[in-house]
Amino acid sequence: MNVKVNGKEVSVQGTTLTDLIVQLALPQNGVAVAVDNKMIPRTQWSDYILREGLQIVVIKAACGG
Amino acid sequence: MQTLEIAGREFTSRLFMGTGKFSSNEIMKRAIEASGTQMVTVAMKRIELDDEQDDMLGHIMSPDICLLPNTSGVRDAEEAVFAAQMSREAFGTNWLKLEIHPDPRYLLPDSTETLKATEQLVKLGFNVLPYCQADPTLCKRLEEAGAAAVMPLGAPIGSNKGLRTRDFLQIIIEQSGVPVVVDAGIGAPSHAAEAMEMGASACLVNTAIAVAGDPVAMAVAFKQAVEAGRMAYEAGLGAVSDGMVAEASSPLTAFLLD
Repeated sequence: MNVKVNGKEVSVQGTTLTDLIVQLALPQNGVAVAVDNKMIPRTQWSDYILREGLQIVVIKAACGG
Repeated sequence: MQTLEIAGREFTSRLFMGTGKFSSNEIMKRAIEASGTQMVTVAMKRIELDDEQDDMLGHIMSPDICLLPNTSGVRDAEEAVFAAQMSREAFGTNWLKLEIHPDPRYLLPDSTETLKATEQLVKLGFNVLPYCQADPTLCKRLEEAGAAAVMPLGAPIGSNKGLRTRDFLQIIIEQSGVPVVVDAGIGAPSHAAEAMEMGASACLVNTAIAVAGDPVAMAVAFKQAVEAGRMAYEAGLGAVSDGMVAEASSPLTAFLLD
């Protein structure tokens, strides 16, 4: 199954959002995740079942004024 | 100096700082410390999957500092609400610098969308500090919508031009029931001092510190300017005389015979 993470094609090995975060070695804190433009709270990551073609955005802090 | 209160939190420093444009996280950290600021803005960006993750937040976070995430990059109220929800999830804070500037050339805030987003975000429990035009009517509307403070611009972002909106800032300060933070355009400590002398509650400074030859020393200069300006405001400035007529501060003839 493939999804897009920040515009990049990723082949998912697990089934949930948590599996994906772990697979990509993304930090668990200081980030937020949206699927198809809807924010998914981290408390729901482990129950969130991924599907083919989902658009996932992961953001973190950046310098800015 | 009086402490500043926004959304129930007290600030002894009236200098807010942005974190953009510093040459390194280390210099940014030292400038933040030197400035004495207690309110620091951050932006958000998409994680690059292949890049090594830098820890800029680790250079900012401290119990004394209130993190103020911004919504830079959004183009309308709908995107701002989405960005705010991402921000609250990522940083665990309700504080938000709302900025909606769809025009990339002048980065001027969209007043209609800013007001609409403020109304929605206040209902969602955010402490909304909108970056806005120096428009006294708009600032009152933002206040009525529940903004925790208003942040009118002095001049376009990053322009270092100072208080080009001076007369309107004065009206905003006179009318406002919430703190007024002058944001954008402050390019020199004298600009910050002037805003504070006018009665602004605080100044938000980024570019002028970040791109200075010595950002750490410039942070101290801004700290002192903001303090001096505020002290002068609280002390009560003397009236400016009309016309060109002098007002003697010494008796002119008291030791001479008439």
